[in-house]
Amino acid sequence: MRIPILKLHNYLLVSIQVDLDDQTAIRFQEDLLDKIHKSGATGVVIDLTSVDIIDSFIAKVLGDVVTMSDLMGAKVVLTGIQPAVAMTLIDLGVHMQNVPTALNLEQGLIKLRQELEE
Amino acid sequence: MEIKSCVKIRKEWDIVSARQMGREMAKELGFGTVDQARIATAISELARNIYLYAEDGQIDYEVITEVNRRGIKITAHDNGPGIEDLGRVMEDGYSTSGGLGAGLPGVKRLMNHFDLQSEPGKGTTVTAIKWVR
Repeated sequence: MRIPILKLHNYLLVSIQVDLDDQTAIRFQEDLLDKIHKSGATGVVIDLTSVDIIDSFIAKVLGDVVTMSDLMGAKVVLTGIQPAVAMTLIDLGVHMQNVPTALNLEQGLIKLRQELEE
Repeated sequence: MEIKSCVKIRKEWDIVSARQMGREMAKELGFGTVDQARIATAISELARNIYLYAEDGQIDYEVITEVNRRGIKITAHDNGPGIEDLGRVMEDGYSTSGGLGAGLPGVKRLMNHFDLQSEPGKGTTVTAIKWVR
């Protein structure tokens, strides 16, 4: 299984709509970094609206991909985290600090534009 | 009334199957979406522990009924290496796998009842219960 990554101007857009297994999550991490490298994208939105479970492993993969992309020079915003997912993550003890988030895709793009000061 | 089913944990994909089964059962039992997510996440953590440390184990699902409440009982058991220091694995942030898995304290917080039994060299059994509110 592969997560599609779409390019829109200087941005990459990702909507995760499957129940992520570990392998798919790791492959997505590699695919995204590769796509940033090849496309020269400066911003990425990962939309999690359809994701109804994030366990500690997936949270780590997502948190890491934000840091990795940052190292490469691209800003990542996670959007659309469901209320149930947010509550579960805090119970789990996963706080995902320093990870930029926004309510939805639209707000995510606005946030990216502000951060990149375009 | 006890409905019992189980998922064997041998490969990575089994982690996903295990939590999907848990979520479905929780939904049928009448858990709300937040508790469904809590139960599925707890199962995911337990299944990953089995996969990472024991390589082979099983998650059992049981519907439990008491006088005025119903719940789901999850039992994760394996015949893996077991846990040397039971106190330490219940500390937040303790991990032997380099940060994979928020671990057992997280599972304890997600569920209502939590019990950990382990014997080095023999295996580990974790029992967790969530009651329908």
